[in-house]
Amino acid sequence: MTVGILALQGDFREHAEALQRLGVTSRLVRLPQHLEGLERLIIPGGESTTIGKLMVTYNLLEPLQQRANEHLAIWGTCAGAILMARQIDNAYRDQPRLGIMDIRIRRNTFGRQIDSFEAHIDLPLLGAEPLKGVFIRAPGIESAGPNVEVLGRLSSDGTIVAARQQRLLVTTFHPELAGDDRLHRYFLTL
Amino acid sequence: MERATFTTKVGLAQMLKGGVIMDVVTPEQARIAEEAGAAAVMALERVPADIRAQGGVARMSSADLILAIIEAVTIPVMAKARIGHFVEAQVLEALGVDYIDESEVLTPADEEHHINKHAFRVPFVCGCRDLGEALRRVSEGAAMLRTKGEAGTGNVVEAVRHARAVYSQIRTLQNMHPDELFLAAKQLQSPYELVRTVAETGRLPVVNFAAGGIATPADAALMMQLGVDGIFVGSGIFKSSDPAQRARAIVEATTHYNEPEILAQVSRGLSDAMPGIEISAIPAENLLATRGW
Repeated sequence: MTVGILALQGDFREHAEALQRLGVTSRLVRLPQHLEGLERLIIPGGESTTIGKLMVTYNLLEPLQQRANEHLAIWGTCAGAILMARQIDNAYRDQPRLGIMDIRIRRNTFGRQIDSFEAHIDLPLLGAEPLKGVFIRAPGIESAGPNVEVLGRLSSDGTIVAARQQRLLVTTFHPELAGDDRLHRYFLTL
Repeated sequence: MERATFTTKVGLAQMLKGGVIMDVVTPEQARIAEEAGAAAVMALERVPADIRAQGGVARMSSADLILAIIEAVTIPVMAKARIGHFVEAQVLEALGVDYIDESEVLTPADEEHHINKHAFRVPFVCGCRDLGEALRRVSEGAAMLRTKGEAGTGNVVEAVRHARAVYSQIRTLQNMHPDELFLAAKQLQSPYELVRTVAETGRLPVVNFAAGGIATPADAALMMQLGVDGIFVGSGIFKSSDPAQRARAIVEATTHYNEPEILAQVSRGLSDAMPGIEISAIPAENLLATRGW
């Protein structure tokens, strides 16, 4: 199994290292031909405006939307989650997006960089041991449609931070920075 | 909940990787940079080329300008404080900037001490010319590094020199016997623990960007191929004759740095880059990279 990692901008190397720890080969995706034969794709953290623009310029937006329709498993972390959301509050103009998941997300919902934080997340499907989430200028999921399963919330105030719609997964935090590979393992089972 | 941990400070730099951070002096330029795909902007009153030309004391930018630029864009906003000027840094933190560059481009406020960056919630990026300088800055709390290069020259040679120095010194450490690392730390004038970590992991403890003299898409790709994590462009964009197009081209060259065909494509149709300066034509006392200790 080869897992693709969208590598236009952001922390794609950290995802590749997490997959490597799990013995999984990854392929960096920068052009449409890199999508061939992939079963899964991770969209990393980064700047959603930068990644979105490069997706348009290098013709990745439509192929990815089509592959999502054909049930490619896709996991977006932070900026990746923003790019997957159908509705973006606080968006930059009409910033390009995949719009494949029925959630409403708000950019920079917790404030600026000095408000970035680490916190415990209630994520029952990963078992009893709590998960530490790293939130960096993070977005928040404001609401989720009827076909979306809420997987995790901030222990402190219940904000939705992880959700799933069939083979689409979003997390507003960065499991790739926390050294805890349980969510990567979970994504590989989707 | 723990706010502003070292993980979140380093983490923002990790999110900027593979991206371009652009110097801007007005909210309008900030919007052009964001539209071109900048991962962040650096809010300044004067770009380094103008600081170099006009001389005088270069200080932190005005609070109103920084706030107007923060207001203008949705991407992270950085701003520069003078080396050792911890009160400028306190002001920038209070204004809400996302990253502070303790920068040799401004006139140093302290000729012995850098800012104790552990004392801040906002993260810092600092310049370096070699591995020893890089690790001294990390020991003071820097969460991100960049080469110093020679800002405002449009000449990439110093950035190349600094990147090559850092990465070749890392490779040297990797090949040393553990017993030799104590002496290496002494020679690098850096804490032993950091030196040992670099020797074991084969990489810097934080993200390292290129800065100082990058003016073309090929310059950006050159630095990426040398191993840096991303690119700062100072004067190179808004001192060129085609800022928006050049900014886009440098963003694309930074992503596709290993694809010569794409580099050729994005280099087409660009008009004049900023005028460059030969380093040997700059009097030694006017070199910016030698500031910092």
